Amino acid sequence: MDQKLVAVIDYGMGNLRSVAKAAEHVAPNNTRIIVTHDPKVIESADAIIFPGQGAAKACMNALQETGMIHPIQHAVQEKPFLGICMGLQVLMSHSDENSGTPCLDIISGNVKHFELEKAFPELKVPHMGWNQIHQTQEHALWHNIPQDSRFYFVHSYYVQPKKETFIAATTTHGTSFPSALSHKNLFAIQAHPEKSAEHGLQLFQNFLQWNG
Amino acid sequence: MSLAKRIIPCLDVDNGRVVKGVQFVNIRDAGNPVEVAKRYDEQGADEITFLDITATAHDRNTTVHMVEEVASQVFIPLTVGGGIRTVEDIRTMLNAGADKVAINSAAIFNPGFVQEACDAFGSQCIVVAIDAKKVSPEGEANQWEIFTHGGRKETGIDAIEWAKKMESLGAGEILLTSMDRDGTKSGFDLELTRAISDSTQIPVIASGGVGELDHLCEGILEGHAEAVLAASIFHFGQHTVQEAKQAMQAKGIEVRL
Repeated sequence: MDQKLVAVIDYGMGNLRSVAKAAEHVAPNNTRIIVTHDPKVIESADAIIFPGQGAAKACMNALQETGMIHPIQHAVQEKPFLGICMGLQVLMSHSDENSGTPCLDIISGNVKHFELEKAFPELKVPHMGWNQIHQTQEHALWHNIPQDSRFYFVHSYYVQPKKETFIAATTTHGTSFPSALSHKNLFAIQAHPEKSAEHGLQLFQNFLQWNG
Repeated sequence: MSLAKRIIPCLDVDNGRVVKGVQFVNIRDAGNPVEVAKRYDEQGADEITFLDITATAHDRNTTVHMVEEVASQVFIPLTVGGGIRTVEDIRTMLNAGADKVAINSAAIFNPGFVQEACDAFGSQCIVVAIDAKKVSPEGEANQWEIFTHGGRKETGIDAIEWAKKMESLGAGEILLTSMDRDGTKSGFDLELTRAISDSTQIPVIASGGVGELDHLCEGILEGHAEAVLAASIFHFGQHTVQEAKQAMQAKGIEVRL
């Protein structure tokens, strides 16, 4: 069987180890998971995982400093690409975080802060913990994941894509927000599959078998 | 359909081993943190918190390896607290596979550290641990203060003001322990929990005093906590996490089952 190489993009932030470990846990024998910031490895990889944590500006700065912007823009056009949490948000055009941060603009749309204080004073921000993911379209990455399964979330901002057809799932925290987007070979999720027990591992397994 | 309230078993670790005794049926080595964490994961724990009581730098290294080992086999959020004093301490724990760190006394000695930590790693992984004790006399308006050294040393800092300050510095969550209730099995200090939870927008984890399942429900329903932390009721096989969730669900609390 051919070797398959999956690159987890390292830009000096976030819990890459957890993401790589979770993917390794379910990876078939012929699949190698590599954490890398080498553009050549990203170029040669068969699939890309783009994790993210922290604030939008710090994330964009780190991508810039490590020279990851171009390799990401390139990879997202042509091979299976999984964005996680901040790795979803920075794909958008613009984030309201840090008084406004221009992002990668791979998906048209913005990243907004949860404004819940008035309408839902009992709800907390960050949205932290296990919430349900309501699948709004069929997708290979939802294989064997029951409708409305709970995933682990930690975030204070959420994405608003211009095209609703990109929305692959929604979640409700006061307001209903898009919790996963998909477009061709790109799939990105707001929750942390690496911390979402069996359903999260299933999502990684699905991704590793997906041809985009 | 909304966010589930969380149950978090808490384990004390020393030199990379779980201490204070954890007894599961059919587990030969109860001190093995991986085994213990796996068991809680299987029972449906929403997160696991490790409190590192290690004194020496060498032992702390062992703790780091323990976190690595747990994180490569248990895929739910892990928090590590105890002895987190520098940005480097945080980086080490996160790189080992922790998702959050709990900062306690270092925040009191240098509140700027909380901001520094949040700027470096994001609010989502910075938990501020608050140990509070009631200082107002019976019959007067409630007042709680922050204590250090396991509740022995008072700081004169008002607990509610402190919680608000930690939120403003960027803390993503508060782990609130009542030093009056800790170890008593008489239930959370619900007034304290509610006071802190209602005056901040970030999630509050209630801790200290759980002796029965009802206490967990009270923490959510009356204390307005987002999550409840307990140790001994789970460690000694008195209850499983699953039983705790069923009890909470029976009271109308949304849980992940």
